[in-house]
Amino acid sequence: MLIKLTGGTVYDPASGIDGQQQDIYIKDGRIVTKPAEAFQVDKEYDLKGKVVMSGAIDMHTHIGGGKGNIARTLLPEDHRQDPVMRSDITRSGCGHAMPSTFVTGYRYAEMGYTSGFEPALLPVNARQAHMEMADIPILDKGGYVMLGSDDYLLRLMTAKKDQKAINDYVAWTIQSAKAIGVKVVNPGGINAFKFNQRKLDLDEQNAHYGVTPRDILQVLATAVKEIGVSHPLHVHGCNLGVPGNMQTTLDTIQGIGGLPMHLTHIQFHSYGTEGDFKFSSGAARIAEAINKNKNITIDVGQILFGQTVTASGDSMRQHANHKHASPNKWVTMDIECDAGCGVVPFKYKDKNFVNALQWAIGLETFLLVDDPWRIFLTTDHPNGAPFTSYPHLIRLLMDRSFRNEVLSTIHPEAQKMTTLASIEREYTLQEIAIMTRAGAAKLIGLKDRGGLSAGNWADITVYTSNTDRQKMFEKPDYVFKDGQLVVVDGKVVSTKWGTTHTVKPNFDPSVEKGLKDYFDRYLTMKLGNFKISDDEITEDGRGSITVHPLRH
Amino acid sequence: MTEITEVPSPFCGIGTDDLTIRMDGVSLKVVENGCAVNTPAFEQMITDTSPRVDGKEVSLDVAVAAAAALLKDTRLPVIGGCATDVNGMRGLLALADRCGAVVDNMNFTGARNNFLALQDSGWMNTTLAEVKNRCDLLLVAGTDLEAFAPRFFERYLWNKESMFLDDTSSREVIYLGKAPSGDASTSPTGRKALVLECATEDLPEVIAVLRALVKGQPVLAASVCGIAAADLLAIAGKLKAAKYGVVTWAAGALAYSQAELTVQTLSEMIKDINNQNTRCSGLPLGGKEGDQTANQVCGWTTGYPARTRFSRGYPEYDPYLNDTNLLLTNGEADAMVWVQAFNVKSVPPVTALPTIVVGRSGMTFAKEPDVFIPVGAPGIDHAGHAYRMDNVVAIRLKKLRDSGLPSTAQVLNAIEQAL
Ligand SMILES: [Zn+2]
Repeated sequence: MLIKLTGGTVYDPASGIDGQQQDIYIKDGRIVTKPAEAFQVDKEYDLKGKVVMSGAIDMHTHIGGGKGNIARTLLPEDHRQDPVMRSDITRSGCGHAMPSTFVTGYRYAEMGYTSGFEPALLPVNARQAHMEMADIPILDKGGYVMLGSDDYLLRLMTAKKDQKAINDYVAWTIQSAKAIGVKVVNPGGINAFKFNQRKLDLDEQNAHYGVTPRDILQVLATAVKEIGVSHPLHVHGCNLGVPGNMQTTLDTIQGIGGLPMHLTHIQFHSYGTEGDFKFSSGAARIAEAINKNKNITIDVGQILFGQTVTASGDSMRQHANHKHASPNKWVTMDIECDAGCGVVPFKYKDKNFVNALQWAIGLETFLLVDDPWRIFLTTDHPNGAPFTSYPHLIRLLMDRSFRNEVLSTIHPEAQKMTTLASIEREYTLQEIAIMTRAGAAKLIGLKDRGGLSAGNWADITVYTSNTDRQKMFEKPDYVFKDGQLVVVDGKVVSTKWGTTHTVKPNFDPSVEKGLKDYFDRYLTMKLGNFKISDDEITEDGRGSITVHPLRH
Repeated sequence: MTEITEVPSPFCGIGTDDLTIRMDGVSLKVVENGCAVNTPAFEQMITDTSPRVDGKEVSLDVAVAAAAALLKDTRLPVIGGCATDVNGMRGLLALADRCGAVVDNMNFTGARNNFLALQDSGWMNTTLAEVKNRCDLLLVAGTDLEAFAPRFFERYLWNKESMFLDDTSSREVIYLGKAPSGDASTSPTGRKALVLECATEDLPEVIAVLRALVKGQPVLAASVCGIAAADLLAIAGKLKAAKYGVVTWAAGALAYSQAELTVQTLSEMIKDINNQNTRCSGLPLGGKEGDQTANQVCGWTTGYPARTRFSRGYPEYDPYLNDTNLLLTNGEADAMVWVQAFNVKSVPPVTALPTIVVGRSGMTFAKEPDVFIPVGAPGIDHAGHAYRMDNVVAIRLKKLRDSGLPSTAQVLNAIEQAL
């Protein structure tokens, strides 16, 4: 079957196309060049005057894994506000802060997204994350496996094992968890919390192991680079949410010594201590450092006002933040000598000084970082806001007068503490396409995704341009996933199952000797039962695994 | 005859995966690392291999069609049991969504004690590997732990080595409420657990006083429900002095009304201890016959635990009103589907309503259901996934033999398709 998308205005940064009128041909799920010989178009869509982009990719969204399900279980009252009916083609569920898996897939697709990446796949909980993601329809998915507070790594470091030993362990873990990248959360801090440490600065030692967050970042960023994984080490830094953590973030950037590093939800790590409330914006200095250090990429973790829930691997900081829980209930867990988690419901209020300034700090960051290829649009769903608020966020970025209108309604002291009103920048459609498509695919190392040239999978979103960018982005005219029309006028019209994106870095098989001994002595399952096999993802006939090339 | 090693068990809830099983045709024998829970569950013989409709053997297709016909015009069918693996629960929820059913896990009334506490104030919990390597004090509240999980102590407390304790036998075990039924809690060096007994229904009072003592509140009474206040004060002191105390309970063992308040008091006490410059964690016991699996899969599919109805076209959770027994007693339900792939002794409540049983082969009935479809056990007859008690670890269940029995998922998906 040959599908032709005729005459749309195409924004495809991956090919350097910025708003040119082009036809697109789709065959067998992929974009193809216009057939050379006589051909018959089976289905044609007239897209004259429409905006065409590839399907959007959320490179950091908590859509699979235990802490998300704890967040769901914790908040029945939130689900009751947003029940979702079943239909002939869709399953029932719930929406808002932490939607059910099926609704997650539908609502992402209905905004023109075709992929989402779970950033915190605990090795021991990766199976659950994949099972949940297997129940998210339409979207492609993948995950970054979490290391850095696992006792095995810290033992390797304390025993002064060489970088190769660490590389083998990291590569083995990526393969056994079926991941596409590596994340570190509060490096060593989740572990330190188990030893009753309540804070851990970049150069502070873990009480038991003596290693510091700086050491951990160094060995993991090196490992990720040396084993050839495209996605740089994905870092949730030390001191999340602590006033003054801007300095920690700047030190982290300096300390990594030029290695590729992605700093996630940087808004939560960009706080100064100035002003009457001892809480100020560090966005300008952070943005300056990002602009200068080309090895660094970031996503923002924008907060937006309203009820949500924060679900993080950072048990140490989540425990410290539980005082802000709203409603007042929260969970932390220590997990399997592997990691931890903390789930704290939050209600961000525009009339609360800190929340209002957090909102402004996120936006300042977006607007002060020059290179859209190195910054990504996230709310750290659901931590800053549910992913369904992306169209609103896009409007804030693209529409200065709207932005200033909202700014004028937030806490007056916060208005005084931000430079936002004076920032003139408005994001262009091409820049939005870079942040949410081409740049994200490049950052994760996705082959044949995030672009509209021939050879790419046909993940395509078609919008009607509207000066109200929120309206435009919340209701695409068409969304195609692997060439299948799944959304019309912002509503799901058919469903399918996406693939699971992974990488398979090589390791020396002898790494399993040390691991087997460790598992038998200290853990609670056999090494062989720990590793996730391909058939666990593919056996139900819905899932598939896509292995992406390494960077060599 | 073949021997299979490192077999994971879905039956005991504590994720044992070191069983050795000898297989002769389709009969299994646990030859290593069995226990009172796992051994009979693995060795259960296959009896029925054909489905029955009205007591007569039929093909699977005929049975599936009969089940679909029974469900077709119902207004409020109830799907009880919900004892199966992850794929079985996926099929069960798809069927419930399709026919507007109530989904109710058979252990939910017990688990409700935990869910209500969690949904009201939350908790700080831990998992088995942390217990194995860090726990220096275990407080067992109101539960006969070794009857619940016979190998708990051997695997997670008296392990030879741990990463952070020099000598695991120096761990201290305290029972509050129920006394242990055996000696599993005695350390390898012969140190016995400290047991402070009280009646189960007195636990709310005893634990409330313990929490007050942890918080440093004055307690004037000399004894509480037969336990000396001084002894409770000593426990409070030990909890605060421990580096990594763990408090465990089985929600189902707290068999009195409003026991969720006991779970909440324990969980808040644990938070209090964490505010006094040390660590302490809860460890709720569960994970039997797929109860955690049911709640996890229902959780991600609907947002709610497994006592949820679909009768209005979307999921609605009610931990009281969606109780199978209540719906049957009140005459609200108009059909019963019982799903139990693990335990042949766990049969549906007797009812005059049309009844469909999707049950492990070997099940026998006082009253023959309208439709009975025997299925294989996850982890024996087919591969699958099941959650352990600590909810974090999903174990990969193996297929051990070729019995020809269908899986729960295959049967429930077929019924859904037939609708
Ligand atoms: Zn995150």
